[in-house]
Amino acid sequence: MLETLLQGMLLGGLYCLFALGQSLMFGVMRLTNTAQGDFIILGAFAAIAGMNALAALGWGHGSAPLMVMLALLPLAFGFGYALQRWVLNGTLGRDPLPSLVVTFGLSIVIQNLLLELFSADPRSIETGGLNTASVALPAGLAIGVLPLAIFALALLATGALQWLFNGTRLGRAFRAVSDDKEIAELMGLNSNTVYALATAIAFVLIALAGVLQGMRTTVSPADGPLLLLFAFEAVIIGGMGSFWGTLIGALLLGITQQIGFRIDPGWGIWVGHIVFLIVLVLRPQGLFPKTRG
Amino acid sequence: MTALLQASGLTAFYGDAQALFGIDFELNAGETVAIIGANGAGKSTFLKALTGLVRSRPDQIRFDGQAIGGLPPGEIVKRGIALVPEGRRLFASLSVEENLLMGAFAQRPGPWNLPRLFKLFPILEQKRALPGTSLSGGQQQMVAIGRALMSNPSVLLCDELSLGLAPIVIKEIYDALPTICAEGMSAVIVEQDVAMAQRMSRRIYCFQEGHVALQGASESLTREQISQAYFGV
Repeated sequence: MLETLLQGMLLGGLYCLFALGQSLMFGVMRLTNTAQGDFIILGAFAAIAGMNALAALGWGHGSAPLMVMLALLPLAFGFGYALQRWVLNGTLGRDPLPSLVVTFGLSIVIQNLLLELFSADPRSIETGGLNTASVALPAGLAIGVLPLAIFALALLATGALQWLFNGTRLGRAFRAVSDDKEIAELMGLNSNTVYALATAIAFVLIALAGVLQGMRTTVSPADGPLLLLFAFEAVIIGGMGSFWGTLIGALLLGITQQIGFRIDPGWGIWVGHIVFLIVLVLRPQGLFPKTRG
Repeated sequence: MTALLQASGLTAFYGDAQALFGIDFELNAGETVAIIGANGAGKSTFLKALTGLVRSRPDQIRFDGQAIGGLPPGEIVKRGIALVPEGRRLFASLSVEENLLMGAFAQRPGPWNLPRLFKLFPILEQKRALPGTSLSGGQQQMVAIGRALMSNPSVLLCDELSLGLAPIVIKEIYDALPTICAEGMSAVIVEQDVAMAQRMSRRIYCFQEGHVALQGASESLTREQISQAYFGV
């Protein structure tokens, strides 16, 4: 039982990384990115392509995944900034439909692009044995080094995002624009730039999540929608607009899935959905809602 | 003498509906001017046009000798016009202090900063860490005024400071205005309370259906003139 809980928490850490970007974008500009999962997969494949390129240059040893990840994060920042500034800002407004349609379209484009470039074969990012290494705990338990690192990164990312939001000038700008865009512009903020910065940060988290997903398991071009679903469920269970809430939601989802898998290998994801539905019925605003209006 | 802020033939639209039909308006340096008029006369629209929230043509608004009509709001606040919006509109997820700091985003140099504001409205210092919208109406209005002052404007626009406040609170707020303007800041106050508007200002404009129906020195206007301009009988 203890092991199931532990594994569930570690799985939840990964889901938290899937969901943080979604939580940030929704919190700042009420934008639901339905291509979130596909961008995560795109991040994983970008890392795979980067690894292949490094290997072709004769640099295929152990530090390659780290190098690729470090190179990918600033790229993702720039990509997110440009995407928001020149594409998604044009879809924002009172009506949520345009942004849903555009991100849904992006989702289809990304899936087919990846299928065209990489075929439908599942692939993974070569980690030089990191994905099978484990540490032994008392009572005969063992947990993987990689899942533990992912969990630590999830905690770190959640804490960093919460600090950014509550303790910095940029965070103040995020909240002000989210509260009242017109008045924020009256104060001298350019909401288009603020939105672009929010998406840029969200895409760093998306790329990080993608690389880690590719290291932990395999990825294939059609995986995105399922990851989107997990991200969604974590955000909704936790409550919109609260990053710690997103973390708790992700952990809860991970643990329930793990318990489901324990009961029957076919049940994990299904049990996760059931818990999500129960939360939605009993507490539609989520466990720790922060967003108003 | 040329005016500090001048509107000439200012028109404004909400979609196809025209809200302002050629407003001529002047504000001199150091002067407090009041705008009165019935609901829907275009008072708030006029202030929104001055701050860039409603579009206008460049030469319709001149500030400090430059055409500023149609500039984005952020650019106008950097040049020195700040608005205390109708209904206060504080940022709900920001604390009192953070709301005030938002006003300083334009980073204009000048006398106003947090310590000075807390001296003007001591209650805000006690409540600095609370959410802005958890305060009483009068205290929220102080935050809204403070937020505008933090941009160190040379022109302060106040849209219905008394809206929804008790008379004693209104008096307290307006008592602070002469102090605020003591260093040469100009102010435009939009006000429903005609007596208050006359007491606080040097000159008055009365708007009616998007036109200036009456203007003159505040103490020289009679009740009859004002009610005629108000209702257009």
